[in-house]
Amino acid sequence: MSALLQVRGVTKKFGGLTAVNDVSFDVAENEILSVIGPNGAGKSTLFKLISSFLRTTSGEVLFQGKRISDLKPHVVARRGVVRTFQETTIFKSMTVRESVIVAQHLRAKASLAGYFLGTATARADIEAFGRYADELLEFMGLDGIANELASNLPQGHLRALGIAIGLATDPKVLLLDEPFAGMNPEETMRTVNLVRSVRDARGVTILLVEHDMPAVMNISDRIVVLNFGEKIAEGTPSEIQNNEKVIEAYLGSADDEVGI
Amino acid sequence: MNGLTSKQLIGFSIFLLAIFVGVPMAISATGRWDFYFTLTSVALLAIASAGVWLTFYIGRINIGQGAFALIGAYVSAILVAKAGISFWISLPVAGIFAALVSVLIGLPILRLRGVYFAMITLVLTQVVTLTALALPITNGAKGITSIPLPGGISLFGLQILPPFDSMADTKLAFYILACILMVLTYLALWRLVHSRLGHICRSMQQNEELASSIGINIAYIRIIIFAISSFFGGIGGALFGSISQSVYPSSFQVQDSVNFMLNCFLGGLGYVFGPMLGTLTLYFGWDLLFTLGKYQLLVYSVLLILVIRFLPNGLLSLRLGNIGKGGGK
Ligand SMILES: Nc1ncnc2c1ncn2[C@@H]1O[C@H](COP(=O)(O)OP(=O)(O)OP(=O)(O)O)[C@@H](O)[C@H]1O
Ligand SMILES: [Mg+2]
Repeated sequence: MSALLQVRGVTKKFGGLTAVNDVSFDVAENEILSVIGPNGAGKSTLFKLISSFLRTTSGEVLFQGKRISDLKPHVVARRGVVRTFQETTIFKSMTVRESVIVAQHLRAKASLAGYFLGTATARADIEAFGRYADELLEFMGLDGIANELASNLPQGHLRALGIAIGLATDPKVLLLDEPFAGMNPEETMRTVNLVRSVRDARGVTILLVEHDMPAVMNISDRIVVLNFGEKIAEGTPSEIQNNEKVIEAYLGSADDEVGI
Repeated sequence: MNGLTSKQLIGFSIFLLAIFVGVPMAISATGRWDFYFTLTSVALLAIASAGVWLTFYIGRINIGQGAFALIGAYVSAILVAKAGISFWISLPVAGIFAALVSVLIGLPILRLRGVYFAMITLVLTQVVTLTALALPITNGAKGITSIPLPGGISLFGLQILPPFDSMADTKLAFYILACILMVLTYLALWRLVHSRLGHICRSMQQNEELASSIGINIAYIRIIIFAISSFFGGIGGALFGSISQSVYPSSFQVQDSVNFMLNCFLGGLGYVFGPMLGTLTLYFGWDLLFTLGKYQLLVYSVLLILVIRFLPNGLLSLRLGNIGKGGGK
């Protein structure tokens, strides 16, 4: 089986700081792969490199065998690799439904001029956007608050909206940066199931960064561990849990939210 | 999403009646013919302000519209006065030329945000003024004068519009022309804001990174918007040149660019029709304060600061229901 996404010797330097150092791994189609590591390990940077929000210093990322490094982010999104943000990043003054509608940009068949003139294609698009938005919001459990302003939502819903915005683009690979942050255990459990059904029902390959270890162990097919920008381990949840280097990295960082 | 509500339609009809019937009747009743020139100026300045409002809509403060108005004025003046081309052709050409120049300027500067973008646009007007002073084709400081009035339009030998110089009342003709163009500009703006492009602009105004993560080519959209904005500037400027029958390097100055921006603030950034009201208020407000003599600028500035401070959404936030609200569906 050839990998859907290949990360090859990717390095990112910020001045003197090497945030990501020669990291390589593969992601198979339909896999849920988690990237974990202590604060500042370079996880978010790695995601930004994969989605081309940052240029690599060296190395490259291949998607379906083709290089996607150093393209513009919207081009990478068009290929099907879409990220969500660690900070709750939403369109503040849009409603939940409007956000999910605008996010269907890549599904548009009409041109921008077509929407201005109100052509038949554009009208069909607008209807399809609305229908798909409703479907997605129901799937994400956001249908009850579809017309709420995004800035009024509580943290848990914001995360779900972030994922819904990503999903609305019809991604092949979705990169979720700390999707469970700020959630209570119950919300986390619900979102874990949701993410799993995104993979199962929609065939989306998932990469995620998380600090919530029980959730990571529960959801992941495989895990990649970063420490100081370097990959120190890769394997199944049980392999990672028993990995000497990993335990050392976490104990060394005295990070008590990590329960390995 | 697209249709007007009946309330909006009624409001719009009243507005059309007021400017095309009410104003001419009031002017002929009072004999204040000078008001035609004033209101024509307001209309063409409102066209240019509409462009500035649109750049606000993608989160950019544009203090350079005077530059594009000046470019439009010169392009039209040169075409009409020097090349003998019809004003009616020079008008769209002026808009398109201003738009093309804005693409060249926009490519490097539209990446900048906030104050940085604003500061760069602030020098554009001066750059165009200096260019007009230096180029042979613009006649330097002497400017282009005695620009012929717009000619007639005929289609298949049939005269649709008589030449302006054969008309009994040129002032009225210009007033009607400026109002028609203003109405078309704001209808186009309204439509744009309520179409998908407007929705995309709002997403970029709120978060450019997130917008690009969902596949929006933000650099491209910024250029398109800046070009449309400058197109409006060019049209407004061309109209100005034709009405005053002359264009000088000082026809549009940095102060005018600042005013275009203030028109938007004053009327309301959240409302499509805000800049129109803002232009009217600012134009007349300045004149009304004339009696204050040397304190004119001081009082004017203080009033502006107060409005911007206490009505962040502009004068239109005081009013009337939901006509032309920029945000909605
Ligand atoms: N744009 C930047 N410029 C300079 N340094 C940066 C930049 N972005 C990240 N860094 C640095 O790179 C390192 C890795 O940061 P990154 O955000 O990738 O960590 P992380 O693993 O996501 O951490 P966290 O778990 O806290 O989110 C950190 O030391 C950070 O300060
Ligand atoms: Mg991070």
